[in-house]
Amino acid sequence: MLGKTAGGLYWMFRFLERCENTARLVEAGFRIALTRSNDPASEWKSVVTTAGARSHYDAKYDSYEATYVVDFLLRDPANPSSVLSAVEKARTNARMVRTALTTEVWEAVNEGWMGLKKTLKSPVKETDLPAVLGEIRRHSALVRGAMHGTMLRNDIYDFIQMGIALERADNTARIIDVKYYTLLPSASFVGSALDNVQWETILRSVSAHRSFRWLNDENMTPASVADFLILDPRFPRSLSFCSRILEESLGFLAKDYGTRLTCHDMISAQRDRLRAHTIATVFDEGLHQFITAFIDDINAIGQQIETDYRFIG
Amino acid sequence: MDLERLHFDEMLLGSDGVRAPYAEYQKWFANEDPARLSKKSKEAEAFFRRTGITFNVYGQAAAQERLIPFDLIPRIIANREWTKLSKGIKQRVGAINAFLHDIYHRQEILRAGIVPTELISRNEAFLPQMIGFTPPGKVYTHIVGTDLVRTGEDDFYVLEDNARTPSGVSYMLENRETMLHMFPELFSQIKVQRVSDYPKNLRRSLAACAPKRCAGKPTVAILTPGIHNSAYFEHSFLADQMGVELVEGHDLMVVDGHIAMRTTKGYKKIDVLYRRVDDDYLDPLNFNPDSMLGVPGIMDVYRAGNITIANAPGTGIADDKAIYSYMPDIIEFYTGEKAILKNVQTWRCSEADSLAYVLDHLAELVVKEVHGSGGYGMLVGPAASKKELSSFAAKLRRNPGNYIAQPTLSLSTVPIFAKKGLAPRHVDLRPFALVSPDSINIAPGGLTRVALKAGSLVVNSSQGGGTKDTWVLED
Repeated sequence: MLGKTAGGLYWMFRFLERCENTARLVEAGFRIALTRSNDPASEWKSVVTTAGARSHYDAKYDSYEATYVVDFLLRDPANPSSVLSAVEKARTNARMVRTALTTEVWEAVNEGWMGLKKTLKSPVKETDLPAVLGEIRRHSALVRGAMHGTMLRNDIYDFIQMGIALERADNTARIIDVKYYTLLPSASFVGSALDNVQWETILRSVSAHRSFRWLNDENMTPASVADFLILDPRFPRSLSFCSRILEESLGFLAKDYGTRLTCHDMISAQRDRLRAHTIATVFDEGLHQFITAFIDDINAIGQQIETDYRFIG
Repeated sequence: MDLERLHFDEMLLGSDGVRAPYAEYQKWFANEDPARLSKKSKEAEAFFRRTGITFNVYGQAAAQERLIPFDLIPRIIANREWTKLSKGIKQRVGAINAFLHDIYHRQEILRAGIVPTELISRNEAFLPQMIGFTPPGKVYTHIVGTDLVRTGEDDFYVLEDNARTPSGVSYMLENRETMLHMFPELFSQIKVQRVSDYPKNLRRSLAACAPKRCAGKPTVAILTPGIHNSAYFEHSFLADQMGVELVEGHDLMVVDGHIAMRTTKGYKKIDVLYRRVDDDYLDPLNFNPDSMLGVPGIMDVYRAGNITIANAPGTGIADDKAIYSYMPDIIEFYTGEKAILKNVQTWRCSEADSLAYVLDHLAELVVKEVHGSGGYGMLVGPAASKKELSSFAAKLRRNPGNYIAQPTLSLSTVPIFAKKGLAPRHVDLRPFALVSPDSINIAPGGLTRVALKAGSLVVNSSQGGGTKDTWVLED
């Protein structure tokens, strides 16, 4: 496979994942602003921060109004991570790697792009927002479904899986990073209604409020939420889960190609570090420090993959 | 009388009858509900959009992707007609290859005084880098798309020999797929020759032209200028159908005297490169130094005999519009036979007598730039305003050598499926010929382009043309 193709596949699925993650963030923000919060601006601000769009946003707006934020995250071309920008980039990458995709995957990407371009052509009205967010998530789900159902399990699949895992890990880690103070056991408002709202928002932004309850009954403590997001091997957006997928996919590649590269050593080391932790040791080390280190690790591994597999000449 | 009836229509005869090749189709069509066909037509458009069969238009805002409109009435050619056409194309393509070899070697045809020397020496398409070099298998034009028009029952003319990088074959293939998908019953009733083998034949034909010293199965790749190129869909479609890599210049480099592509496992040698990049952009070290699309040093690898470039650099000298006018003589010179397919009468404006004639009859003629393509920069005399005519005449006087003129042919029509039923529209035909050292293979049919505007003669997709599925009937 061409190095460029590997890179195109990897980024195509990163961008698709990003669309879905952004839609989820907006959904969680919208809900909390509607139902609970008496300070919606700070809520929207943390949504923008989590989406990694602060510098672009602040360059354009000086307040965190719901309509501005929603428009900026969903359809502003000035925001390189807006859903519209990401859908466009995913489709451009798909065109570039067209020969590596099945017809089903290509058509799912292309049709979704046509639909979302139309949907996001003008600002989304508040009444339409739930339906639009649904469409965005459905788009990613359809492409992913077509991919799982029709693609060969070879190196193409491995690069796709790595793109998804890295983007997801990065997203979950950033959600925790922005809200980490609400997860600290030492926070003075432990057990207050506010906490519960914050934790629920975090869980909603990774679509896990229901699964968390199934696994943890009513026991919602900062430690249990953090444990779930960081270490739970069953939750497909936990840091541990994503890093396992990364290790697995890199392992398949090493076996397939018969070569171990620097990125393989890096992921092994990262897995070892993660395995050595319990949620108690994470808090001992400092949640913030832990998350920052994780994000650095993941980004370094991502860059090493690009080098080792020659995405760029 | 309807003006359009003045033209030869390939389907409809004057009084409700149809020409023989359309007899079976007409039976089917007569029983079809127009509302159902309308619906099918819309479905076809949605299908093209969904599958991304689009082309990019130069000079329009970024990310403009357009569809080439598809018309669902097929263009049908009888087996007898096709036999003659394909024989004529083979003869012509064979002569073009002989001509190219001669031009870059002994230049017998110039010495014999058949083609004027200055037409070659002053031609930008002539590449000095090719002098004395013979491409692997002696093949220059691996893929040729000969543009044909028809004016009557037995009157076919060659309008252009596209010997550089002809495009459009993906539409030939996708149009057939679309028809099979929409009207499967038609194909069980009417026996139409298959075109779907084209990608397989293309790969085989290219592989047969691999450098002699290539051991084992040759690695073929397609070189595209990238996703913003107007024909990008076709490049990726063909790569996909042939099962070969689609590469861009920055994926390639010279490694150990070979061209190699950067893969996830390291660099891999390429033996045959089907390039869809113009000569000028192919090699910044040997041609345009600003090109980002090509591969530095590829010409040196080529001249060392370590890669096949298809089509060979420098083939443009053969499809130049000024050379075109000599084609009947060229064919006779190399084959010893008269040309089977006719040339359109052509006035070379470089010659004083011709220029005078052309200026006198501008309103009746079609005038084209010698190096132009895509229907740009051309004048259709009968359709031009007085002002357009006089400004074009001025251009002609300034640089006569840049133009040729031809009579406005009464191009044949084939009906399209319009809102108010069948409506005749002008068409042309581009069959695709594959050349390998020991055979010339022509896909039965080709691409039919149709001018969708009533009365228009311009079929180019960049200027509002559409396409039709082209059927060659079995005997």
